[in-house]
Amino acid sequence: MQIFGRTKDNLWTLIAAPVIWGIHFLFSYFLAAFRCAPNADIFESIGSTRVAIGFVTLVSLCLIALVIRRAWHEWLTGGGGFRNDQDTPEGRESFLEFSTLLLAGLSFAAVVFETMPILVIGDCR
Amino acid sequence: MKKFRTSRTFPAIFALSACEGPQSAFDAAGAEAARVLTLFWVMLIGAVAIWAVVVAIGYYATKTRPGQHSEKAGLRLIIWGGCVFPTVVLAMLLFWGLRMMPDLRPPGDGPTIAVSGERFWWRVAYGVEGEPGVVRNLPIGGVPSANEIWIPLGKRTEILLGSPDVIHSFWVPPLAGKMDAIPGRVNRLILEPTEVGVFNGACAEFCGTAHAQMGFRVVVVPETEFTEYVRAQAQPAAVPESEGLDLFIRNGCAACHAIRGTPPDGVVGPDLTHLASRRTIGAGIVPTTVENIADFVASPDHFKPGIEMPAFGMLPKDEIAQIAAWLGSLE
Ligand code: HEC
Ligand SMILES: [Cu+2]
Repeated sequence: MQIFGRTKDNLWTLIAAPVIWGIHFLFSYFLAAFRCAPNADIFESIGSTRVAIGFVTLVSLCLIALVIRRAWHEWLTGGGGFRNDQDTPEGRESFLEFSTLLLAGLSFAAVVFETMPILVIGDCR
Repeated sequence: MKKFRTSRTFPAIFALSACEGPQSAFDAAGAEAARVLTLFWVMLIGAVAIWAVVVAIGYYATKTRPGQHSEKAGLRLIIWGGCVFPTVVLAMLLFWGLRMMPDLRPPGDGPTIAVSGERFWWRVAYGVEGEPGVVRNLPIGGVPSANEIWIPLGKRTEILLGSPDVIHSFWVPPLAGKMDAIPGRVNRLILEPTEVGVFNGACAEFCGTAHAQMGFRVVVVPETEFTEYVRAQAQPAAVPESEGLDLFIRNGCAACHAIRGTPPDGVVGPDLTHLASRRTIGAGIVPTTVENIADFVASPDHFKPGIEMPAFGMLPKDEIAQIAAWLGSLE
């Protein structure tokens, strides 16, 4: 698969970024829930959990950035138009690329939001 | 059709909606409630401002300057107004809200009170020994009471919440946000009252037929008064011998109710040792009067559908009256 050249978009490239967002969400949620489920020592710091979530966040953000970069690149190469209402292969391609770009942008912001609790919450209370 | 008079109706609605009072989150009398209220006002004012701007833009685009606008201007509006602005504002609000959370759950520096949500009333125990969190079940012991919780002014009281049956939720709007009482888990809630007074609490998670009649009172008093109150609640019953007590035992009430200092020691229902010292019976439903106690005993299901306590309406009226009079003397 080519990443930085021009490739054909499809539904899988379209949902790549939201899938990363989803995996990041489930990982963070389950890890925090698992860590705090025993309901014991609620004032004990949970540094390792925060670090693990932080690490997965960085990986997720890098992957989403790659998706953004690819979609952006291909979309510009294809002319960068917003009006893709023609029933042509080019129109379809451009539409998918632009949608991918928007979804990836949304996913990026969502992953950042999801990670904010590890910045301010340091224990299980 | 009669015209809807906004000028008159509006203040009326506002007054009726009771933004003040012992059960209003707008009348904050506790540290947590005050913060939540600030959060609410900031959100509300911000939302109204954004709404006004959106309406203004709509007006501009349809009335002031209808017709074509440059694509560039439109794009700029979408990117800045539709993407960057909401993302930044939401991020700031989220960060601010999250920052509050740990501060709302600091270690307590006052008494520890166990509160168990049970269909459809609240079991209370003062001065339990329990590390917050560690337990799956509420710590046993402490001074028992029900449906009325006294707490000292200015202290962070630790409320440990549990339940033996279904999920309930403990909510005193003027003092703090709500917290679930979950079977098999102990949750903690910090109440830090900043004003003395009597506040209303409610069960805020549907738990069965009488869910809406599962209230309670929180009484905030200065610390010395609190200590005095708990000491009084720890005493045995004031009237340990009476015809009422004999009838109470003979009719089987003792199977479910305890009255310390007398033989009845049931644990199914509320401890009645100091029933008359509490403001309400039936979990915040009616004031504690001898008549109400008699009516309640005769037909509890009339007050609360689905209640655990059987009706005793088949007993002779004067027996019920005697029991009620005796219970009503247990200060
Ligand atoms: C099967 C157990 C059971 C028996 C028997 C029983 N009760 Fe109760 N009683 C309860 C329960 C449970 C409640 C709490 C009900 C609620 O508010 O949801 C209660 C509540 C009460 C209350 C109100 C207490 C409060 O603080 O709100 C009074 C008073 C009372 N019972 C009196 C009696 C008397 C008098 C008898 C005997 C004639 C009796 N009960 C028999 C279970 C029982
Ligand atoms: Cu309930």
